[in-house]
Amino acid sequence: MSVHIVPRKIYFSVFAALLVLTGTTVFAATIPFGRMNDVVAMTIAVTKMMLVLLFFMHVRYSSRLIWVIVASMFFWLLILLLLTLTDYSSRSWFGPTVIT
Amino acid sequence: MSNELTATDARAHEWRSRFPTVNYLNADYGIKSWLLTKDHKRIALLYLVSVTFFFLIGGAYAGAIRLELLTPQGDLVQSQTYNKLFTHHGIMMVFFFLIPSIPATLGNFLVPMMIGAKDLAFPRINLLSWYIYMLGGVLTFSALLFGGVDTGWTFYVPYSTNFSNTYVVLAGLGIFINGFSSILTGLNFIVTIHTMRAPGMTWFRLPLFIWSHYATSLIFILGTPVIAITILLIALERLAHVGIFDPALGGDPVLFQHMFWFYSHPAVYIMILPAMGVVSELIATHTRKPIFGYSFVAFSSLAIAIFGFLVWGHHLFVSSQSVYAGMIFSLISFVVAIPSAVKVFNWTATMYKGSISYDTPMLYAFAFIGLFTIGGMTGVMLAALGFDVHVTDTYFVVAHFHYIMVGGAMMGYLGGLHNWWPKITGRMYPEGWGRFAALVVFVGFNLTFFPQFLLGYMGMPRRYHAYPADVPLWQVLHVMSTAGASILGIGLLIPGVYFLWSMRYGRFAPANPWPATGLEWRTPSPPPTENFAVTPVVTWEAYEYRPVEEMRVIGPGESAEQAAGVQPPLDRAET
Ligand code: HEM
Ligand SMILES: [Cu+2]
Repeated sequence: MSVHIVPRKIYFSVFAALLVLTGTTVFAATIPFGRMNDVVAMTIAVTKMMLVLLFFMHVRYSSRLIWVIVASMFFWLLILLLLTLTDYSSRSWFGPTVIT
Repeated sequence: MSNELTATDARAHEWRSRFPTVNYLNADYGIKSWLLTKDHKRIALLYLVSVTFFFLIGGAYAGAIRLELLTPQGDLVQSQTYNKLFTHHGIMMVFFFLIPSIPATLGNFLVPMMIGAKDLAFPRINLLSWYIYMLGGVLTFSALLFGGVDTGWTFYVPYSTNFSNTYVVLAGLGIFINGFSSILTGLNFIVTIHTMRAPGMTWFRLPLFIWSHYATSLIFILGTPVIAITILLIALERLAHVGIFDPALGGDPVLFQHMFWFYSHPAVYIMILPAMGVVSELIATHTRKPIFGYSFVAFSSLAIAIFGFLVWGHHLFVSSQSVYAGMIFSLISFVVAIPSAVKVFNWTATMYKGSISYDTPMLYAFAFIGLFTIGGMTGVMLAALGFDVHVTDTYFVVAHFHYIMVGGAMMGYLGGLHNWWPKITGRMYPEGWGRFAALVVFVGFNLTFFPQFLLGYMGMPRRYHAYPADVPLWQVLHVMSTAGASILGIGLLIPGVYFLWSMRYGRFAPANPWPATGLEWRTPSPPPTENFAVTPVVTWEAYEYRPVEEMRVIGPGESAEQAAGVQPPLDRAET
């Protein structure tokens, strides 16, 4: 197995980026975005996750097989989220039953 | 000092005279050689001992539950204590017995042997998984001893957050830690099956036991992290008051149920899939026929693993989940029954015109098919929205999952233990006692759990320590159930006794007593540490069985002891 050697500079810049993004999360929390609150917070969080995944966990330098496996993990997460959302999104469709 | 040494030497000498071959059991001595072993076969035995220990604890709690329900009044224990009894029973049985039982013992022992490998891909990680399991087990068990948990094995909020003053976090921590042991085992199996198959052992020559363990490993890896995170969130909410599940803090209690069952429904397949793999082996071996529709049975394991992730909402039908989501989950639950049915039909077709033996392992396989079918069919009933509203949280549900978990997973485990006991220990168990115990277990099991279907249908709720005395039938059914549980307990003690007995006094087992075609049988019993003297090359398909008449020509082979004249040849007609 060949091991890709990542220059230290990359690790430090990823780390710096993570710190900056954490700061951004805290700062963004003080600004009312209304409905976009969740979207903003999640965008920053997903960006941070991708940085960790691609660089710290070496997925960027890994084989196609690893890519497939990572993708399938995301697919599984999608199942969890989507099927849970079928509940939350449709709860209000069915109003309270009134017995007359 | 020197005296001690000679005593050890004498023991070693005696041991070697019993087992003239060097095998994995006598290759090395002493506690250290076990606790630091990297041999998958020894690790399997470590698991066997610890899994049995936790099973005995879980069983003791079950006995207390059945004793309380003997009478309608809550007279043996108070309701608070009763809550702890069923919680402890469920936690011990599910997380520390049923989930690791087959994969970590029989799976650990057999996966490398069946594919012709020397060991698992990561022997050290394998040992680590056992230590993690023990750490988790000890932590959870200590939580039970310090005062216990009363949330039910499902840890539903708000019982586990606002309203419980018991050791939820400690018990949860043990289960959280234990999860990593499952993940490591699953990872090890997947890598081993992909990379370490012997030359010629193609995917479609693999025993179905391997396919089912592969599917189980997928669930281990994909599902276990979710339960770990869910437990972590509970701890966060209890300790730091982060609002995840508590509406007062902006959370949602039903979210807990979604996350819990996203793991725990697949986890019920973790318990049943390995047992299905065992049963495929048992049926092929003891009917002397190839499994009917091999590839259907193989792929149905994968289908169960994947579709099992899409049905969790059937546990939330009455939890204020939207009825539209309920309809979707109900429909997918009906669909997931199909791959299980494929297996049942194919096993039955395999037995058709087979040379069926009635040896103990096959008796357990019969029990599995019948009891699993009842359990699965009542599962389909529960997946029907209207019916479930009537029986949800009643003894009907309790009976359903015990038919699957005890009638299915336990029967598979016992059948597998008997089938591979000669390979594991190099000794035969007493066949007559084996058949007798199998019968006792079967009768005891049905007497325990069938009345619970009736009780549940009549409205007896689960998790209550008292019930109305003015309907005499209820107590009659409860007494039957308690009587059955006593019989079942005795039926399980018998194998415990004769397994221990056989390790010292049982007859020496030949290499291939049944005889079976799998690779694990083409090496001595017990196997050497490296499993095979030379790496096997596989030139035959899975399950190339011939009718029983052929045994007269090729026979079960001789053990090393028999070849050396230490023991007369095994005559199976004697038993
Ligand atoms: C194959 C192995 C299976 C196992 C080990 C199993 C196990 C369980 C367990 C442990 C529970 C109760 C959980 C609790 O509330 O504490 C349960 C409930 C349930 N099972 Fe199964 N099950 C299996 C198969 C099935 C199948 C095939 C179906 C449907 C097609 C099914 C449908 C249900 C439903 C709907 C419930 C919820 C009942 C209620 O709470 O009202 N099960 N099962
Ligand atoms: Cu389920």
